[in-house]
This record gives sequence, C-alpha cells and structure tokens, in this order.
Amino acid sequence: MYELIVIGGGPAGLAAACAAWDSGLRSILIVERDRELGGILNQCIHNGFGLTYFKEELTGPEYAHRFVELLSKTGVEVRTDTMVLEVTPDRKVHMTGPETGYVVEEAKSIILAMGCRERTRGAIAIPGSRPAGIFTAGAAQRYVNVEGYMPGKRVVILGSGDIGLIMARRMTLEGAKVLACVEVMPYSGGLTRNIVQCLEDYDIPLYLSHTVTDIKGRDRVEQVVVSRVDERRRPIPGTEMVFDCDTLLLSVGLIPENELTSGAGILLDPRTKGAVVYENMETSVPGVFACGNVAHVHDLVDFVTQESQRAGAAAAKYVLNGPAGGETIDVINGSGVSYTVPQRIRPENVEKTAGIFFRVNRIFGKSRIVVSNREGEVAGFNRERLAPGEMERIALPAKLLENVKGELTVAIQEVE
Amino acid sequence: MRELVCIVCPRGCHMKADEELNVTGNACPRGAQYARAELTHPTRVVTSTVRITGAPYTRLPVKTSAPVPKEFIESVMAELCKVTAAAPVHVGDVIIKNILSTGADVVATRELVAK
Repeated sequence: MYELIVIGGGPAGLAAACAAWDSGLRSILIVERDRELGGILNQCIHNGFGLTYFKEELTGPEYAHRFVELLSKTGVEVRTDTMVLEVTPDRKVHMTGPETGYVVEEAKSIILAMGCRERTRGAIAIPGSRPAGIFTAGAAQRYVNVEGYMPGKRVVILGSGDIGLIMARRMTLEGAKVLACVEVMPYSGGLTRNIVQCLEDYDIPLYLSHTVTDIKGRDRVEQVVVSRVDERRRPIPGTEMVFDCDTLLLSVGLIPENELTSGAGILLDPRTKGAVVYENMETSVPGVFACGNVAHVHDLVDFVTQESQRAGAAAAKYVLNGPAGGETIDVINGSGVSYTVPQRIRPENVEKTAGIFFRVNRIFGKSRIVVSNREGEVAGFNRERLAPGEMERIALPAKLLENVKGELTVAIQEVE
Repeated sequence: MRELVCIVCPRGCHMKADEELNVTGNACPRGAQYARAELTHPTRVVTSTVRITGAPYTRLPVKTSAPVPKEFIESVMAELCKVTAAAPVHVGDVIIKNILSTGADVVATRELVAK
C-alpha cells in the first residue's frame, strides 16, 4: 500500500508529489498516461510561465523541467504510459500500463491532478458541414510545436481563450495567415497581455460579440461565416462576414477532466465542474484531494503549483496525523462572482490565511471585493479592474475566520 | 499621452506614458521599463521550434536567450528554419550563437533524449 497515489504528472501532480515528499511521506506513486512527465506544459513552448513562482520568465517545457528535476531528487515512484481507469471511495486505484498490465494499487491518500480537456465543436454546436480543417487550439498546438505539422494556411480562430490567442501568434510566426479571432462574449476570455502580444503585435483583428454561424466546404474547410450577436448571444441576420480559409481553430473553453472523480462518488461543483473542495483541497471523500485544473481551470501555472503544494502537504498531514476536522463554513457566491475555490473552509485547519480563488461574471471597473457573513462585512479588498478571464485571489486571515459561523459570502461592489 | 497594457507579467497593468516617457499605472519598475522600451524600441523574446533528429518527437522548442528587436522576429524565424538539432539535447543548450548579431543566443527549452 502506498501512502499517496497522485493521478497525473503535469504541473499539479508534480508539485503535489514534491510537497508531500517534503512533508514527510516516503511511499508516493505518480501515475501519468503520457510517455513523459510535464503534462500540457510540454507543448506550451511560449514564455510567461513562472513569473510569480520562480520570479523569472520561463517557457512551458522549462517550467515542467524545473519540477521534474526537483522530483528526481526525491524517492517518488513514477509510472508513465499508465492509464488510471477507476478510483474507488476506499482509495483503490485501478490502472493499466505496458509493464504492469492491469493492476489495482491501494493508497492511504489520493491526489487527483488529471487537469482539463478542451471543449470541442460538438460541445458548442456550430452549424455547417463537417469537413477536415477544424481543430481545437490545443490539438493544433501539439501538431505545430511537438509533432511538426502545420494544420493549415488561412486560419480563423473561434474563442479568445489564452490557447487560441497563443496559437494565433504561433500560426502567424510559422507562415499562416490568421484572418480573425472571433469571440461571442463582449470581452475576451484570455489574459489582456495575450491580446496585446499575440493579436495586436500581428495586426490580427479581434471581433467581440461575434460568432461562427456557418462552416462551408465538403472535404476541407473552404469558408467560415461570422455574424454579430445581440446581447443574448443570438446571431443578428444581415451581419454576416465571410472568410475564405482552410482552418478553424476552437478555443472555446476548458473542462476539468473529472470522470474518475465522479466515478469515486466525489461531490462535484456544477460551476467549476471540478470537485467541491475544502481549504486544504480535500474533496468530499476524506483522504482524497484535488488540485490544479481538475479542480478549477486556472490561467496561470504558478497558481496551480501553489494550490497543488497545499494539496500535497495536506495529504501528508492526513496520512501522518489523521483526518482534518472542525466546523465548516460554506463560501457563497455573491453578486458578480461566478465561483469560488475552495467552496468550504474549516477554520480549525487554516494556519495563517485561507486563500480563496474566484472568477467574476463580467468586467468590473474600480471595485471592492466584499466578504461578509450574516452580521455584515468581515473583510474588503480593492481592485482597479476585474475580468472573467483573469482569476482573482484573496487571502482571509485565520483570526478573522475564527468568529465566522455557517457561511461567508464573496461579492463584488463596483465603485465607479 | 499613450495608453498601453503591460505584457511583462500576467497582471497586465493598464499604463499611461506621456511624451517625456513618464509612466503611470504600472505596479512595478519592470512595467515602466517595458513601457519606455515599447515606445522607443520594442523588443520580444522569440519562442519557436527547430527540427530535431533522433528524438521521440520531430520538433525541439527553443527561445532567444534575451529579447530581440521586434523587427528581427521574422528573420529570426527564417534562421530557425535552417538548423537541425540532434538528440540528446538539454535545457539551455545553445542551438544558434548570437543570432543575427542581436547578442541573443537561441537556446533549447526542453530535454529531448535520444530515441
């Protein structure tokens, strides 16, 4: 029996395993389905990773490499090319790999770090025919950056998520013509810096409040029709623009990959599409933790690392000191807030501060983040600007939580 | 007065710079430095890939070890097309020294073992 099994060897799994080792666990297994560790970072060859955590600007593969190096100094066991098929609530992990065959490993604790997957064309139901030339942005990224294939020459990108923006630049640098980036919402889903350095640097137009309303072509994409949408996101007839192109990239959101989580009977949050977690990233099943993009989709790997280190340390504490207890505060989404992680806080378990990640549901100017209970405001934080594409983080001191009973609401009040 | 968004870090500060290059709205000194460079002589780190032989994959990710002038980006890309690396390669290995006399090297950003 292992003290800890970590499912997934991307940034979340690597950071969690290292932290668990540093916190005293000595029998840890990482299970990774790809041929090597590092996860999706290996295909994210652009820079901008690590500014918060390492205080320097790294590319994705470099960031992953830092943690693979750290891991190699520990005694953590790694099984690559191995797929986890099932996790049971009594912490048995069913897996299959070329060397082991089908095996069931038991663990005293489990960390779920499977990451997320891209929403596909089916998930957003675009009308039109089904020719070749339609890719998710992440699939195109792997073709270009790892396998060495160009998906097309004239490209339209639907969605302004960060991977779509990064691929707009990447395809341009590799000689393709990116005609447009089309976003159904009135604001971008990606980081502002990516709008600047990926679109504006290369004069790629961004059409906000627009969507793809038709795809033409029999064997290969030949044209994409783009229309403006009204405030209810319905296409407005007569606003059609036709782009002659051979490729459509989809960057329309990421979904935490939680088949194993729900199979284990763990409570999921319909807002994050990840597990409901406590302050230490523990799920509704004691001894099972979730961190990184499987818990909620992050913008920055640096925060994945920090969150996963907390999960790793908490798993070690669970194995070495026993289950965490105490009363629970529910974190409620107030006006302007679309989700929070964690969803539950046990003040007894908070050491210095409890960090709360959240996203807002629209763009806000100068605002105050207000944390309140039934008696009124308990904490406030000022921000110059809030956007759905940029995850926010606040820290609540342990002292403050001691006097809170039942629930806490996080809400946004716009000042201007 | 020019308005610009900082790309130094993901915080993405909305900054303003006047004709004398006085910068406001930046949260850290790197923002002011970026704004002044952006208005006088913009530079970027170029990240891309080069061909590699003998590795499990056909592309090796690389970057310029320092930002290069923006107008050099296209010619840097053209230079990258001309080289083929051979596995094994380690993070930081120099693939092209002092590319186009910019003072920046092109370095590998991934470990790729020999197949």
